[in-house]
Amino acid sequence: MSTGNDNAQNMIELRGIRTQFDDFIVHDNLDLDVRTGEILGVVGGSGAGKSVLMRAIIGLKRPSAGTVTVFGEDFYGANEEQRLSIERRWGVLFQGGALFSSLTVAQNVMAPIHEHLKIEGELARDMAALKISMVGLAAEAGAKYPSELSGGMRKRAGLARALALDPELVFLDEPTAGLDPIGAAKFDELIVNLKESLGLTVFMVTHDLDTLHAACDRVAVLAEHHVIACGPLDEVRRTDHPWIQEYFAGPRGRAALSAKTG
Amino acid sequence: MMALQALRRYGRCVQKELTMADSAAYFDIDIERGVMKMVAAGDWRARFLKQVDSRLRDFADDTMGRELIIDMTGVERLDTAGAMVLQRTLLACGARTEVSKIIGASEAHAALMEQVVDHLAPCHVHPLHPNAFKAMLDRLGRGVAEAYEAALQLMSFVGETLATTWRVLTRPSHFRWTSTVHHMEEAGLNAIPIVGLMSFLIGAVVAFMGAKILRLFNADIFTVELVGISVLREFGVLLTAILIAGRSGSAFTAQIGSMKIREEIDAMRVLGLDPMEVLVLPRVIALVLMLPVIAFIAAILGLVGGALVAAFAMDISLALFMARFQETIIIDHFWAGLIKAPFFAFVIAVIGCFQGMEVEGSAESLGQRTTLSVVQALFLVIVIDAFFAMYYLEIDF
Ligand SMILES: Nc1ncnc2c1ncn2[C@@H]1O[C@H](COP(=O)(O)OP(=O)(O)OP(=O)(O)O)[C@@H](O)[C@H]1O
Ligand SMILES: [Mg+2]
Repeated sequence: MSTGNDNAQNMIELRGIRTQFDDFIVHDNLDLDVRTGEILGVVGGSGAGKSVLMRAIIGLKRPSAGTVTVFGEDFYGANEEQRLSIERRWGVLFQGGALFSSLTVAQNVMAPIHEHLKIEGELARDMAALKISMVGLAAEAGAKYPSELSGGMRKRAGLARALALDPELVFLDEPTAGLDPIGAAKFDELIVNLKESLGLTVFMVTHDLDTLHAACDRVAVLAEHHVIACGPLDEVRRTDHPWIQEYFAGPRGRAALSAKTG
Repeated sequence: MMALQALRRYGRCVQKELTMADSAAYFDIDIERGVMKMVAAGDWRARFLKQVDSRLRDFADDTMGRELIIDMTGVERLDTAGAMVLQRTLLACGARTEVSKIIGASEAHAALMEQVVDHLAPCHVHPLHPNAFKAMLDRLGRGVAEAYEAALQLMSFVGETLATTWRVLTRPSHFRWTSTVHHMEEAGLNAIPIVGLMSFLIGAVVAFMGAKILRLFNADIFTVELVGISVLREFGVLLTAILIAGRSGSAFTAQIGSMKIREEIDAMRVLGLDPMEVLVLPRVIALVLMLPVIAFIAAILGLVGGALVAAFAMDISLALFMARFQETIIIDHFWAGLIKAPFFAFVIAVIGCFQGMEVEGSAESLGQRTTLSVVQALFLVIVIDAFFAMYYLEIDF
């Protein structure tokens, strides 16, 4: 499958991205690659523009300049049909879960299965049950409405929906925020497992240093409107930038590191 | 494999044909030395499973409890859904005996099969319902109990609003001027064009209808009384109230309801802000102040509509209309209409806010409450109007 061409190994390529709200610039001249089969962790301070970057890639916030290439195709240059077929190949977990509040959890997970695969009945139900169980929710949770779930359960249900179509690429916005530490560790494990067994590529926005250590192959740091460092964790940690130093050398950064090595 | 990749670029239409192609999931059954062997091959990803799944179910039903070997050598691609149906079949047949097993799976596929094995239990999709008849009785009972509860709660909400009004009156520094003025503009000023237009048209229509019938009796001139009394006593204020209930009552519910969903109301309480004082009172006061003003404007425009029709479609000149109007219509009619306005306003605003506060959790509940708010407000407005009519009759007003 590999043609030796670099492009074939990048699932997402961002070039010269600029996003803004009126005059307020969030990203400027931002380049970033996400390689096929890796888990990329995106970190940055609150308000650095991680969520906005994710929205720019998945087509919810059109950049005012630059190109977004996903699966080798120019996303914003594609026509309706092409976009639809690209969108079917990724799953998205929003920061707040974004479940449909008038559907139960199981119906939420079944929604993309009905819509895109036209699968109904028992098979759809079994697929939903599988995803719900895989993300660590109890079977009873399937019949609950989102308003009856805790924050962490909503996250899991959102992930189950994102995984419903067995996507090749998943976007996760702070998946472990709001989970208990055991749940968060399980979640990391789940992501790594899925990556290995399904060949998943993951674009993960996170603040969780343990997740960076446990799950991410590479880390991209977002600050000052662009990616200031991108590479394996050890490399990024050594980058000489005040924010990065504070991030990784702070008490939490050291704790996560010693948990990993010691 | 390359070809498949290339084909997928074409997106949807080609994918449909692929389902038909021979790479889609399929299986054959062999019997080998007394042990059943299932040879699975093709693409076992979710989109190709539709046909094979029901065949697999039939197969599993027929062979429940027998030993089974699944040969996955020919499986080209697999995802969790495919792994699930295979694993399910394996379990349904001779569950975990020595002989039942999977052979020939590639390393990645074997890992995937492992991944799903613990997650095969079915899950609930719908909230549990006992049976249709019981559920109906249950709904009926709940409905009655809820109607009673809601009536009590509405009363208590009215009481709370009045108490809050009193509290704020005695401590005027707690009054939210900015918010009140904002709602006066939003719910009052901005409603004037539409209410005015509607009232103008109603006045014109009443004049037309009246003129047509009254001409039969040679009593054209009574059109003035007809328009004057009906617009001043009823139409001006009632139609204004109906329009405002649809326009502002629903908006109040939606605004407060969405704040409720996002826990903003809880946040207010925790921060020591009283939602009654911050959200409800400004809306109620704004509407109570503005509805009479709009109703007044509506009444005037209704009269103008009637007068114009009388002038252009009949032989009642504007001057004659004015003279007759001053002669026959006493000011009581005007007051009889306008006095009702603040009551209507109070009911609309209080119900709008009350239903907003009752919103729970989901967007669906917000929709239901908004509808309820308009329906209840309209109902009560008309009931109150009827009471006023009876009361006026008794006291000869
Ligand atoms: N709809 C919007 N309109 C205007 N500005 C916005 C909008 N959405 C985001 N922003 C701004 O863009 C910047 C980046 O926001 P973003 O949500 O991407 O932050 P983030 O990195 O995801 O932060 P967090 O870690 O807190 O989630 C912020 O300064 C925010 O104020
Ligand atoms: Mg964010």
